[in-house]
Amino acid sequence: MNLDAKIPSGPIAQKWDKHRFDLNLVNPANKRKYEVIVVGSGLAGASAAASLAELGYNVKCFCYQDSPRRAHSIAAQGGINAAKNYQNDGDSVYRLFYDTVKGGDYRSREANVYRLAQVSVNIIDQCAAQGVPFAREYGGLLANRSFGGAQVSRTFYARGQTGQQLLLGAYSALSRQIGLGKVKMYTRTELLDVVLVDGQAKGIVVRNMVTGEISRHSAHAVVLATGGYGNVFYLSTNAMGCNVTATHRAYKRGAAFANPCYTQIHPTCIPVSGDHQSKLTLMSESLRNDGRVWVPKSPDVAEKIRKGELHPSNVTDAERDYYLERKYPSFGNLVPRDVASRNSKEVCDEGRGVVSSGLGVYLDFADAINRMGESTVRERYGNLFDMYEKITGSNAYQNPMTIYPAVHYTMGGLWVDYNLMSNIPGLFVIGEANFSEHGANRLGASALMQGLADGYFVLPYTIGQYLADGGPDNRPDPDSSEFTGTEDEVRSRIDKLLSIKGKRTPTSFHRELGQIIWEKCGMARNKSGLEEAIRKIPELREEFWSNLNVPGENASINQSLELAGRVADFLEFGELMCRDALQREESCGGHFREEHQTAEGEAKRDDENFAFVGAWEYKGDQNEPQLHKESLEYEEVKMTQRSYK
Amino acid sequence: MNLIKGIFNTSLGRKYIMAITGAGLFGFIIAHLLGNLLVFAGPAALNEYAKKLHDLGPLLWVARLGLLAMAGLHIWSALKLTTENREAAGKRHEVKVDPVDRHRRDDIVARFAARTMIFSGLIIAAFAFYHLAHYTWKVPQINGISGEFKGDFETYYVHEVDGDNNQTAFVTPLPQGEGAEGENASDVYRMVVNGFNVSWVVGFYVVAIGLLCVHLSHGLSAMFQSLGMKNKNYGKWIDCGAKAVAILIFLGYISIPVAVLAGFVK
Amino acid sequence: MGKELNLKLKVWRQDNTDDSGRFEEYDAKGIDTDMSFLEMLDVVNEGLNEDGKEPIAFDSDCREGICGSCSMVINGVPHGGQQGTTACQLHMRHFSDGMTITIEPWRASAFPVQRDLVVDRTAFDRIQQAGGFVSVRTGSVPDANATPVPKEDADLAMDAAQCIGCGACVAACKNASAMLFVAAKVSHLSLVPQGQPERERRALAMVQKMDEEGFGSCTVTGSCEAVCPKQISLDFIARMNREYGCALIKKGTV
Repeated sequence: MNLDAKIPSGPIAQKWDKHRFDLNLVNPANKRKYEVIVVGSGLAGASAAASLAELGYNVKCFCYQDSPRRAHSIAAQGGINAAKNYQNDGDSVYRLFYDTVKGGDYRSREANVYRLAQVSVNIIDQCAAQGVPFAREYGGLLANRSFGGAQVSRTFYARGQTGQQLLLGAYSALSRQIGLGKVKMYTRTELLDVVLVDGQAKGIVVRNMVTGEISRHSAHAVVLATGGYGNVFYLSTNAMGCNVTATHRAYKRGAAFANPCYTQIHPTCIPVSGDHQSKLTLMSESLRNDGRVWVPKSPDVAEKIRKGELHPSNVTDAERDYYLERKYPSFGNLVPRDVASRNSKEVCDEGRGVVSSGLGVYLDFADAINRMGESTVRERYGNLFDMYEKITGSNAYQNPMTIYPAVHYTMGGLWVDYNLMSNIPGLFVIGEANFSEHGANRLGASALMQGLADGYFVLPYTIGQYLADGGPDNRPDPDSSEFTGTEDEVRSRIDKLLSIKGKRTPTSFHRELGQIIWEKCGMARNKSGLEEAIRKIPELREEFWSNLNVPGENASINQSLELAGRVADFLEFGELMCRDALQREESCGGHFREEHQTAEGEAKRDDENFAFVGAWEYKGDQNEPQLHKESLEYEEVKMTQRSYK
Repeated sequence: MNLIKGIFNTSLGRKYIMAITGAGLFGFIIAHLLGNLLVFAGPAALNEYAKKLHDLGPLLWVARLGLLAMAGLHIWSALKLTTENREAAGKRHEVKVDPVDRHRRDDIVARFAARTMIFSGLIIAAFAFYHLAHYTWKVPQINGISGEFKGDFETYYVHEVDGDNNQTAFVTPLPQGEGAEGENASDVYRMVVNGFNVSWVVGFYVVAIGLLCVHLSHGLSAMFQSLGMKNKNYGKWIDCGAKAVAILIFLGYISIPVAVLAGFVK
Repeated sequence: MGKELNLKLKVWRQDNTDDSGRFEEYDAKGIDTDMSFLEMLDVVNEGLNEDGKEPIAFDSDCREGICGSCSMVINGVPHGGQQGTTACQLHMRHFSDGMTITIEPWRASAFPVQRDLVVDRTAFDRIQQAGGFVSVRTGSVPDANATPVPKEDADLAMDAAQCIGCGACVAACKNASAMLFVAAKVSHLSLVPQGQPERERRALAMVQKMDEEGFGSCTVTGSCEAVCPKQISLDFIARMNREYGCALIKKGTV
């Protein structure tokens, strides 16, 4: 497998400029002769589809939701980073680049990250011009906040709904192109496979989720913007419908899957309340600015709290352990996400967790309320406190909040080169779906930035090269044998799912898989646990294919069938994830191997042996996948050990 | 977009028509009330006012046609919008509205006045038609010409006498041999008093005026909303104002039959 | 863990758009009060699925009140009637033991039922496509701070822009009017300077499309505002009425 990242030569600041000049252009008069398929309509997909259509290409865009506006980008709360330096506090493209590489624990590609930082400034301009109502200062200029422990204020935001507003901006651009007839939108339509013709991605097979109709679509190029795979954990902050099917199907057709073990766990989510839980809700990280994280020092006290015999406000200061402040005096409660998450797990594993399940820690605002007054706290966090009360029924002004980490974002994804093209020619992957510029850990407010950078400002240029090279005739007939063959495979798979008629529901398999992954490949991983998971998952998969029960038929809305197809892919993908976690014998970013930690329990990287992108090649259902390595060269940034002491 | 089509062929445009004609009709209702209240100033004042209106001649017809056009447009757009709204709503089931926050029920369910605009409106229209029959076309039965008061409809016409002081005198019925029946003006005062001595006339009148005021209590504030002249800062005042005006109008109109029945106006 | 509830559900079942549909009754037993409403339905569906019966189809995605997918009328109220709350954020602690809960899809001709509680809301997308955008090409834009926006305007625009497009306003309205939805978009873009060049065009086009899609008109009952999970104000409807009128006067041909 050839993993040539095609990084342009020259100084890092000029690579993108030079590359854009070197890229072949499609003759403007010919653009209308090209057809591009975009799968997914989130920030990356919608912005790409709109931008490609503006350029003159014919675009078909697909999403499983009933409207492109509902993609899960909409749920991002905090904000979007951009190196605008509007606050005059010393920010620059280089600083954003540096912070992102460092935050990613030196597992990302320098050239990609630098380009991301460069185009970040254009994103804000673009979104403002679309009418996105960013927060403003009284002078009418854009407001910023500092986010996720960054030393500069570079985060732009629209209340706690930045993702929503940016997505609606991209959606409006997409809607305009749909209205103009340049984009044909397929809603409630799910990708079920990618079609390769002569080794190039030339189309997809989809299912209309209302009628059950299976159809083939051919194009000159296929763009996957299908998001991350966090739902492999069953419980995550992802939407119910988020799935790995598109990227996993592409992987099974030959695309390399890179770094699947890199998952981000967000420290401030509302704890699980019971078995019925269907998803987890994130609370903005900004809460850690004023809230203090603690658990009781002794498990006995925690036990009493769990049983409801003791109210947390009656726990004396001497009995409390503000463990983040104790262990990280300089960053305190504001340590990065992975550190905060891991420490929560640690104290709960010691039996000091405080909710009935034992998996929760306090985020206490009592001191903040004493210091600033309840009204100030209400002003800053009122909407979050309301949301917390809506979900838990508990008033966080009177009782400390309880929080626990939850899966939030996945840094891994399909391997792509500098052009965002996977190792399959013609298959482009953007947004969270690719293995991205976040390395082993993503900084707060960078996901929105990357999705829009890929869709608005990178892909529309880089796809031109591939299209120009292939020429307008390079689009196969959707009735060709490759297409009909793939469609037959899809159909037989659906028939199989419907015909098992066993005892268990798709959800029960999903939940069981999620438990395995969360326990063995979650916040902390170790060799024996991962090996156990790799043993257990195929067993579960086997049971799935023999004991699944999907009621109903294909020819109508059948949500059990949809879920079954997704769970089937998660059951295969979960194993790959564990394999990747097993091979990566180091701790870095979101990947923490218990065997590899410092004496103080901090993550210990192994730059000598693991400074590479781990890309997996599918070798058939009966064989183990093969690992390929793209080594990472750091010319600009010196690799150092992160320290938040 | 064509301006006329933009008004007549869109829902928003038709709401403008509703609002503007509604405002015009409201103006008429106020003027009419003020005129009616002259009944308390005695027969001469009311009849003289009526005569002056009649003497306007062509202007009266302009006003009549204007009113007719406004009422026509108001009803036309109401019917059109209601038909469309029924179609839009589709088939719905009667389910008891029971929000988890019970106290919010009143905010969620459309208020009586708002729900019944088309019904109150149509009944008011029917009443207006009947009201014209009463006073403009002078249908005898409505004017209490039955029972003890025999005599024909024409006797309600007044006779004009130029006295020394150049005042008009009103006589009903006309003395034998004097003047020509039906010329000049009618004895509106007598018609009011006779009419309101008939119980069903009073009943219908009170119901219609009541509905008119229910209609106004919603319409007067919705009008501002439809024309884009309302917001939360002063919206409450508009809502309260609409209700207050509706009640005042109700009291004003109702005072007349009440006074007649009480024998205060004979 | 909260308390446990036993409930009776009366749920609308409909196989497809052409089917006439009917209510069916289900028992929901052992429902934890900490569950969300949709998690309660998940539990019922798991039971149905285990019995080999077809689960109740309903839309939901983010389950945190922002995607606007969930769409069900609970006891006669879209989203159930808690202030500023979508069905997915509504929790079972608001219901009492032994209660019968009626669940229906959005009812509106412009939102045909596709199955059970799932409706087709693409009419909203088509209204957006008619004019709910600022025509800017990617890249051809000035610096974001080149155009200051007064904070008050930006805040008010944000109040309108929060709309999640769920359609509860239509379902609550006795006329199935989409005014609140359309007004939110028209107002948002009319309040920011970037939306000015197409201001009139947008108002005219979106209103026309709204009518074409078969939504009703506004009778100012306020039901939409009361059920809106983002508490979008009726003021925006007044604003759109104004926008449309001004647009007709400025751009209307004779």
